Amino acid sequence: MVLENLLRAKLGRASWAPLAAVVALFATSSSPANAMKIQTIKSPGGIEAWLVEEHAVPMMAMRFAFDGGSSQDPEGKEGLANFVTAMLDEGAGDLSAREFQERMEDLSMRMSYEEAKDAFYGNFETLTANRDEAAKLLKAALTKPHFEADSIERIRQQLIAGLLYAARDPDKVAQKEWYALAFKGHPYARPANGTEKSVGGITHDDLDGYRRRVFAKNTLKVVAVGDIDAAQFGRLLDEVFGDLPDKAQLTPVSKTTPVTGGKQEVIEMNVPQSVAVFGLGAMPRRDPEFIPAFVLNQILGGGGFASKLMEEVREKRGLAYSVYTYVYPYQHASIFSGGVATRNDAMGQSLDVIRDELKKMADQGPSQEDLDNAKNYLIGSYPLRFDTNAKIATQLLGLRMDGFGPEYVENRNAMIAAVTLDDMKRVAKNLLATQNLIVTIVGKPTLGAAAKKG
Amino acid sequence: MAVSMLASALPLASARAEPRATEFTLANGLDVVVIPDHRAPVVTHMIWYKVGSADEPKGVSGIAHFLEHLMFKSTDKIAVGEFSKIISRLGGQDNAFTGQDVTSYHQRISKERLGTVMEMEADRMEHLRLTSEEVATERQVILEERRSRIDNNPTALLDEQMNATLYLSHPYGIPVIGWEHEMAKLSREDAMHFYKRYYAPNNAILVVAGDVTPQEVKRLAEETYGKVPANPSVDRRMRPEEPPHIASRRLELKDPRAGNASFHRYYVAPSYSTAKPGEAEALDLLMKILADGSTSRLYRKLVVEDKIAATTGGDYSGWGLDGGAVSLYAVAGGSNGLDKIEASVDGVLDDIRANGVTEVELARAKKSLLADYIYESDNQASLARRYGWGVAVGRSVADIEKWPQAIAKVTQDDIKHAADTYLDLRGSVTGYLVPEELEGEGKPIEQPVAHSLRETR
Repeated sequence: MVLENLLRAKLGRASWAPLAAVVALFATSSSPANAMKIQTIKSPGGIEAWLVEEHAVPMMAMRFAFDGGSSQDPEGKEGLANFVTAMLDEGAGDLSAREFQERMEDLSMRMSYEEAKDAFYGNFETLTANRDEAAKLLKAALTKPHFEADSIERIRQQLIAGLLYAARDPDKVAQKEWYALAFKGHPYARPANGTEKSVGGITHDDLDGYRRRVFAKNTLKVVAVGDIDAAQFGRLLDEVFGDLPDKAQLTPVSKTTPVTGGKQEVIEMNVPQSVAVFGLGAMPRRDPEFIPAFVLNQILGGGGFASKLMEEVREKRGLAYSVYTYVYPYQHASIFSGGVATRNDAMGQSLDVIRDELKKMADQGPSQEDLDNAKNYLIGSYPLRFDTNAKIATQLLGLRMDGFGPEYVENRNAMIAAVTLDDMKRVAKNLLATQNLIVTIVGKPTLGAAAKKG
Repeated sequence: MAVSMLASALPLASARAEPRATEFTLANGLDVVVIPDHRAPVVTHMIWYKVGSADEPKGVSGIAHFLEHLMFKSTDKIAVGEFSKIISRLGGQDNAFTGQDVTSYHQRISKERLGTVMEMEADRMEHLRLTSEEVATERQVILEERRSRIDNNPTALLDEQMNATLYLSHPYGIPVIGWEHEMAKLSREDAMHFYKRYYAPNNAILVVAGDVTPQEVKRLAEETYGKVPANPSVDRRMRPEEPPHIASRRLELKDPRAGNASFHRYYVAPSYSTAKPGEAEALDLLMKILADGSTSRLYRKLVVEDKIAATTGGDYSGWGLDGGAVSLYAVAGGSNGLDKIEASVDGVLDDIRANGVTEVELARAKKSLLADYIYESDNQASLARRYGWGVAVGRSVADIEKWPQAIAKVTQDDIKHAADTYLDLRGSVTGYLVPEELEGEGKPIEQPVAHSLRETR
């Protein structure tokens, strides 16, 4: 089992939790210092895409997305988009589930899907030698998936087993409850993986209806990196996506913000260590204040061992192995959020320290030195996000999803460099309104006076 | 690039013109491996110490990993906690990890900073400073780490118990993070003792992957690590050997947090370091066919045909210095009993032991492993890890680079022989993880996380 082998093999010093922070970084990613050239191309059939040619390794990575994601799950069918992600290699075109999966192995191709709140993502990697055949398989998955009864029941059982397991994982429960509390009444509040009941009720027609509504050319965004030239890529785009409908039929999702006024919820679970998730609303991605907020987050809790929260909670007090924050712009709401895990009897103390740090930052802002250090990291580490085909593709798709052009990559470091101490103070004051903090805690925590007040 | 040769040679890897890594040794005994990759102006720098948790004194479990944390405290030149902050200010990322046989520290950074990073890493190889107060605070951190990784997770708890049962004498049975009661007593003296005994250039391997040449790395290494004196009394690794395994073992963990019941089985097996030629490769292929993904034997039998399991999986860990292990699992579907699951798993295993695998299965598995190898070669940090870990457990750069050819040579007979030899219940532990209903667990929790940020790695 992967988990077990990982455990046996190694233990790292840093936390694994800042995954979310990594994703947030993608959202504001930036310009590589090397000579990476982004081509914007249009296929003969009219599909627009970005391409970075890199012929050193005989493979290519393609990433694509359709608008939609789990926020398109109908009421009562929560988990539908997630269900679809698991069904697209379960038989398509003239291949049964088994034949399809064996064919993928024979071609050494990789195809996987994941849903986010706002989009349905696809990953495709192939060796150059098998590119044409692999593309045919990808096309079949997107346009002629079978959704056979036998596969549906099998995957349903796996999804439900996953739900039961996740229900006992304090990290996952704290996250899920945070969204339920922060976005009550909005699609963002609903569980993306569904419930036993909702997943239990999903049918063939639900799955097929979802892909027919969501997989369409007008919301498609594609990028590719690797051993393929513009003409070849144009043909591949038409082959894979050319038969999709022109227009998606999406249910509108309203703009929203996390609830204000401060909330705290404790979900009791019999574990030795409590897990807390905290957060509040932030500004949209295109807001001029977003970049300063992104730098501020780096200083507070996004910068690993260099961050304030890590210093105060872990290094000075030994209260946690992991404490982190991130700022993440969804399409219809933005959040500043974070998490910490501390033994039950000290959870209150951890939360008090975090609150104090957020307040201090809101009142005083960071020091010039803090700002310079954060900028140095963000600017200097930028090429690290572009050192593999797969990473470049992920970066570029993130930019496309946020509506930026390829020039963003060249301009990004200048935008970070332009952030001033005044910007930081203003943004810290506006963003870190601790009276609005929403906190969910899973475990059997002992909470201090301040933490109890919420 | 060697990788392109591999790809064009698929499905059977053929000989290659030149190795991609260069290896040399400094006068003080430091092994150096350089893997050029000029696609981006960045480097991955790793120092590997040939020491891990299996080298800990008895009763001092967790000290290897604890020392790894404490290496980020201070030296004569670097103030407390500054190591990571300096790296960060230089636009780099750093971390470290501890295994049973190796401890590794690594940074990813722009190539201009490589010299600085090497200077810092060489400095803490020799000049670590620790106060008892720093040690006391960091001990709380590793205890929290243990709670996060192990105590909050019933599958991890079962894994720990199964490992402890699998090994009768060898320290692979002791968890890398340590037993909690022993971790709570780890001291500054324990850490310094371990540090002085094992951290030296003649017990380490430097791996640099990225936009560099072997000549540049050699020059920088001589200017930095080259000045650290060798430790002539650095200990050779003398671990207790396992006696023959003559009886299968079983255990059951009941936990209210278990979710669906699950079946787990571990077997002792040789590793790439201990196996006869071709045997570890056969185990890699066997486990690919038996347990990896939805085309595997286990999945097809238990999930698709019999419909008694929700999912299945398994793996061969072949990177241990003193041996490897095979692991299998199956998560029960609905209310199916684990005895039924176990009988079905054993049916699949017996069939493969008696009849081997088909030619088509073997060809597909080879292709799949070789493709994984190529995809992994896209990632500089993965390459650095491949070489670093391999050399740290005694393989040569040539061994590591000939892996695709060694895989290509495995026959159906080799697989059958490996299955028959190592899927032997006498060398195994079987674990059941069973949910236990508890009253008064507070609010019922029925749903998983709705968070949209998902793990992709």
